[in-house]
Amino acid sequence: MAKRYESWGRYPDVQPSTVVDLAWTQDLELQSRSSPILAYGKGRSYGDVCLNSCGTLVAMEQCARILEFDRENGIVTAEAGVTIQDLLRVIVPQGWFVPVTPGTKYVTLGGAVANDVHGKNHHRVGTFGCHVRALTLHRTDGTVYVCTPSQHAELFAATIGGMGLTGIIATVTVALIPIASRMIDEESIKARSLREVIDLTMASDHDWDYTVSWIDVLASGSSLGKGLVLRGNFSTVSDGTLQAPWNEPLLGIPLQGPTWLLSKPTIALFNTVWYGKQFGRMHRRHIDLEPFFYPLDAVERWNILYGSRGMLQYQCVVPLDGGEDAMRRILSTMQAGGISSFLAVLKMFGTALSPGIMSFPRPGLTLTLDMPLGGKRMFDALDRCDEIVHEMGGRIYPAKDARVNGAMFRAMYADELAQFRPLIDAGMSSSFWRRVSEE
Amino acid sequence: MASQTPTRIVIIGATSAIAQEVAKLYAVQGARLFCVARDESKVIAVAADLRARGAEEVAVYVADLLTRDVHADIVAQSRTFLGTIDCVIIAHGVLPDQHALDHDVDSTIASFMVNAVSVISFAHRYANVLEEQGSGTLVGISSVAGDRGRASNYAYGAAKAAVTTYLSGLTVRLRQKGVYVVTVKPGPVDTPMTRGITLPLMVPPRVVASDIVRAVSRRTMVLYTPGVWRFIMALVRAIPEFIFVKLTKF
Repeated sequence: MAKRYESWGRYPDVQPSTVVDLAWTQDLELQSRSSPILAYGKGRSYGDVCLNSCGTLVAMEQCARILEFDRENGIVTAEAGVTIQDLLRVIVPQGWFVPVTPGTKYVTLGGAVANDVHGKNHHRVGTFGCHVRALTLHRTDGTVYVCTPSQHAELFAATIGGMGLTGIIATVTVALIPIASRMIDEESIKARSLREVIDLTMASDHDWDYTVSWIDVLASGSSLGKGLVLRGNFSTVSDGTLQAPWNEPLLGIPLQGPTWLLSKPTIALFNTVWYGKQFGRMHRRHIDLEPFFYPLDAVERWNILYGSRGMLQYQCVVPLDGGEDAMRRILSTMQAGGISSFLAVLKMFGTALSPGIMSFPRPGLTLTLDMPLGGKRMFDALDRCDEIVHEMGGRIYPAKDARVNGAMFRAMYADELAQFRPLIDAGMSSSFWRRVSEE
Repeated sequence: MASQTPTRIVIIGATSAIAQEVAKLYAVQGARLFCVARDESKVIAVAADLRARGAEEVAVYVADLLTRDVHADIVAQSRTFLGTIDCVIIAHGVLPDQHALDHDVDSTIASFMVNAVSVISFAHRYANVLEEQGSGTLVGISSVAGDRGRASNYAYGAAKAAVTTYLSGLTVRLRQKGVYVVTVKPGPVDTPMTRGITLPLMVPPRVVASDIVRAVSRRTMVLYTPGVWRFIMALVRAIPEFIFVKLTKF
């Protein structure tokens, strides 16, 4: 049985014609390829940004060596296939943490750069790309560039958030942040409406490094957008937990879920239970970084619970001014389109600007929802959401996308695309890029 | 006897996928490692990775292991660097395309020189070093392919059979001297060596690596990894030749 190359949403189901299992970045030879090339890490982006239908995928998983770790200054240089999980095992015991982490630790550094990932601390420190000191980039013409914010700066800016289209990222140098403990002081606050969620988020962002809200997408009327606001800070007490043995709870999913498992009734039930499990208005916990940052990683391959049809994730950002109203309209549009989501997430992006040209985050409100893949009605509703987002001056996140209309994408990123296109490597492409880049 | 974690380790073929994973497991425990491999830039990357993961110190020796003249120097240099040697892991090898070898005696012999002769050369030399010390563990990576000759890989299998038999003899000879020998017989492992081949029960190298580390601490004599291969190969060996020749799949 040949290995299949999927994205996390398992849609679209397209396979490359050739796979190069790269064991050594030293062996990268890109010149003589006839089909377009794309690097593939762990397949944790949701749509088709990591897929290359009928092209060549260069699997980077084995290029996972940490080439330098400066323990004094917290700077790491590693091959692009190193995952955040692998890196944490090395840096946490030494008192360091990644500056930015997405909601899963199973992403490669190359993927973190190519999608310019963000986390719960965006309002404080910006995206992953804001902390990248250097990259080595292999182009298909055989040239190799060491890019930094000042050296080959244009290529550096194009590669951060560049969806892997500027070449193959071979190594990444990133600056870490110091921690005294692996424990997080967390507060969870119940908010009865979208207004409350936004107010609480704005009030929290000043004193809390990590904030995010979970909202119940099925709530409507005055309780539309009700949810739980979560905020946390690393404990500043040197409690000796950094050297503690690493226990990663891992629950396997033995079988693909039946399609009814995550359908509207079960999702409604989940949302009610999730909101209702917290009785008081505020709940305080002192918890390990694993359940705080990576609650879903405890279940390996949870995506197959969505069954054979796969899932979509939708993530957009709109400016804060008028953002609340836009969120209401988006949530209502989704409800009208019959879209139900288990875990919808709202977060406020800060003003720190990424060096990445195509980087997704902009100051404002970002909403993320995943949903079992539906039919035309779902796709139409998402198209209407795109229109609302675009009208507000917002955009959607390529790393999550499998369905945006090409013209809509080009309109959302019009200025950025003008800057980005000349820097693309002509020998690289992806299913996503072919879908959105041309008329 | 209490199990011990080796801290001063020699790795021959340090850029092999299995060796890299074994070395990482020892590096996080603060081991001191002497890494031998052919490709300089690759073994330097491996050494850097081991240092970053916590190895106390890593030395690199670049050599083509087919050149037997350098073997004595490798042994001497590793002794100088490590002092007492706790563990020697011999992991280098090539997996030739049997169909190409079927009509090429020179390549057949060349592959045997790498997979058997150079491995035995190191096993022999280090066995005597460990015997003199009166301590240490010698780990040789053989293969389930050495348990029975098959049309699809008998040149590789014959070399591994030689290694297995040689290590088996060393196991008996050295056991009374406080030196332990582990013969590792992995099934198919998903490594660059098996690129493009999809085989049943294929496992990633880190699975084999953690089995090896456990085998070293438990002083296991023959390690089949994953363990199910012990039973499969017992069956495969038990099949009479006149039936085996009809099982063309093998």
